[in-house]
Amino acid sequence: MTLHPMIAALRKHKAGVVLIALQIALTLAIVCNAIFIIYARIQNVQRPTGMDENNLFLITQQWVGAPSGDDPASIQKLDAMLREDVNALRAMPDVESVTPINSMPLFPSSWNGSIALKPGEELREGNARTTYYFGDESLMKTLGLHLIAGRNFSAADVTNKGFRDPAEANMVIVTKALADKLYPHGDAVGKAVYLDGSNKPSTIIGEVERLQVPSVSSWASSFVWNSTIEPVRLNSNFSRYAVRTKPGRLDAVMRQVPSTLYGVNPMRVLDDDSVKSFKDIRAEAYRADIGMAALMGVICLILLAVTAAGIVGLTSFWVGQRHRQIGVRRALGARKIDILHYFQLENLLIAGGGALFGIALAIGLNRVLMSKFEMESMPVYYVLAGLAVVVLLGQIAVFVPARRASNVPPVAATRSA
Amino acid sequence: MLGYYLDLAIRSLKRSPGLTLLMILIVAFGVGASMTSYSVFRAVSGDPIPWKSSRLFVPQIDIWGPKGRLDASNNNDPPDAMDYLDAAALMRDHRGKYQSAMYRVSPSIVPPDPHMHPINVGGHAVYSEFFAMLDVPFKFGSGWGADSDAQRAAVVVINAKLNQKLFGGGNSVGKTLDIDGKDYRIVGVLDNWTPKPVYYDVVNTGGFTTDQEDVFLPFTRAIDVGMPNDGNTNCAEVPKTPGFVGLQQSPCVWISYMVELDDKAAVSAYKNYLDGYFNDQKASGRFNWPLNNRLRDLPAWLASEHVVPSDTKVSLVVALGLLVACLVNTAGLLLAKFLRRSAEIGVRRALGAPRMAIYTQFLIEAGMVGFTGGLLGLLLTWVGIHGIGWVLPKEIASLARVDLGLLALTLLVAVAATMLAGLYPTFRASRVQPALQLKTN
Repeated sequence: MTLHPMIAALRKHKAGVVLIALQIALTLAIVCNAIFIIYARIQNVQRPTGMDENNLFLITQQWVGAPSGDDPASIQKLDAMLREDVNALRAMPDVESVTPINSMPLFPSSWNGSIALKPGEELREGNARTTYYFGDESLMKTLGLHLIAGRNFSAADVTNKGFRDPAEANMVIVTKALADKLYPHGDAVGKAVYLDGSNKPSTIIGEVERLQVPSVSSWASSFVWNSTIEPVRLNSNFSRYAVRTKPGRLDAVMRQVPSTLYGVNPMRVLDDDSVKSFKDIRAEAYRADIGMAALMGVICLILLAVTAAGIVGLTSFWVGQRHRQIGVRRALGARKIDILHYFQLENLLIAGGGALFGIALAIGLNRVLMSKFEMESMPVYYVLAGLAVVVLLGQIAVFVPARRASNVPPVAATRSA
Repeated sequence: MLGYYLDLAIRSLKRSPGLTLLMILIVAFGVGASMTSYSVFRAVSGDPIPWKSSRLFVPQIDIWGPKGRLDASNNNDPPDAMDYLDAAALMRDHRGKYQSAMYRVSPSIVPPDPHMHPINVGGHAVYSEFFAMLDVPFKFGSGWGADSDAQRAAVVVINAKLNQKLFGGGNSVGKTLDIDGKDYRIVGVLDNWTPKPVYYDVVNTGGFTTDQEDVFLPFTRAIDVGMPNDGNTNCAEVPKTPGFVGLQQSPCVWISYMVELDDKAAVSAYKNYLDGYFNDQKASGRFNWPLNNRLRDLPAWLASEHVVPSDTKVSLVVALGLLVACLVNTAGLLLAKFLRRSAEIGVRRALGAPRMAIYTQFLIEAGMVGFTGGLLGLLLTWVGIHGIGWVLPKEIASLARVDLGLLALTLLVAVAATMLAGLYPTFRASRVQPALQLKTN
């Protein structure tokens, strides 16, 4: 079959052709950008935090009328209260491990700073940005982190300090990502680093495979795997505890927590949000990402359905319009399959033309989103996949009217329109 | 004539119910999706205090200089909050009509009812002018006076919700409230004041938050009793002394500041004052970098802080793209539908109908498709807004509402957009040559 008569026929209804092509182009542009957004969000949500996320929960509580924590005596008082809580939690049935902690991956509270190889660097310079986690010797076990080099903290390593005390611990455990950034030869354990522009060195005593920072916002994306753990109990008028339970006992233990802690000291605040499973923390952190992905998915589905329906509608009209001509072709010896192929090829031609324009539109839309909304550059294969999708969609949509056309009997040639 | 055209349109639409239904559905989905996105966008990007936002200003002083701007993304902006030293100095100089330094607090409260456990509340430490500056509505009592600021008085203003929880919603003015173990006298109860975004302190609240603003107490009092800040603390260097007192002596920023300036003269006078303040400090050796202050009004400030989540804008752009695609589609279908009736148009033209009459007839037909699509679109928008809570974060989704304005806009968009889509097909229909049509038949 030559294309010449087909193009000649298309020129007879330019407007319809242009509208279908435009529709295909818009669909391609929007669908591949939407899929790109969806993919980016899903990738975000699926990255593991580095913890064993099952059977883990976090308690946030605040003491009422507690000392300020600004002078040594009140810090020791707060530390005693904190250890009392930790001991009570550790004594609960079905509890495997407990650590005081300042935050957790995906929890909306973080302590960020910098880490340097030289003393006294400016706080905002240094060699790498990092998040700080503060906990005791049980932190590794409680969070379920994988130590890949060096050693864990021992109970004797753990100190305590006031929440706003700038003093730094003399040893730290860092993530592999951070260790490799500071010491690219893989020999970070035993080396000295300076935390937050401090003049006093801290020794790296261990490396963990992976530990995500708390924030999932874009400002933290440049140091998302750079975590530093200090063996320090932070003392303040509030405290957090991470708790790991025996498998399957999470809910039971969580229910018992308020009465246990009120039993230790009733003058404290524990509300609905105070005891939270890590599963809930994760769901809340990524709610916006999952929502955005779902929204883009719905829009894609609507758009694809609308485009397909439009192609069916317009092609049906053309089939009706050319009823007689189809009859003539059939009378002159064209087989059913020839008529079917004619409409399929015609659609391929229009969809192909529209898709070429759509590629430019898709890249343009991606550039706009990049410049205004901190989006990444879309890889080429998204556009190619989008192209395949819209061309295939056109072929599927055109099949029904094309088959109807192929069923026009040769006798139609003899009847008037 | 209009009645006749309406009748013609209904007949024509009935003749091909499949095609008509298809067009209506396409319009409805396009309008429904875009209006749902728009309602979310409208909810988060609206002006929280439209009658006054152009008179509220946020001063920024470049106390960190170039070392505080290591990430290039912030357009060379000075820190977006204040340290204690400068906030206190600006309050002391008192150059605006109203002004308040403020920081977020999260104290605990022991309820008067001995059977209730202590609760945690959120709120702000503010100056007395905060309430007048932001036109805060009171249900009972009022804010405190400037003398209470000076005396660091133990007074508090509580929100309606906390008043309901602790005092059953009655007039609690004059009663005592135990905050962080100390007694405060309630001087005012707010009338359910929950501005979204929390525009007076977006730095420490992020703008949109599900956290409650339950209590407001004097800034001076909060500093006096060492009530710590519960928001962001940003430091360019580590504080030299520990504790909350150390924070107050450090150049770390953690305080929000807002000032009301009623006219252009006041704005430029304040700008001069702010620049003069910086230059004085520079002359005394505190800074060694050039002047780089900002004095933004509230809308500009909210924009510079990116308070509207970019996801909302991206969804709106994508949904509008969907609407355009739907319109292109509708245009194609209308074209097919109108041109199929070339013979009918030919007869009407031959019988003397002017082109204008053909125009009117077909635009009315397009408008009818749009109107019906719009009605269905209304339903879909309603479903969308109620379903959006499943996918968007609570603090955003709960703000999207269906109101009369949105209903009217949805219908208007549907009708106008469909008629726009019908323009070209109508033009083509009006160009049908009567002679040609009559001949072929």
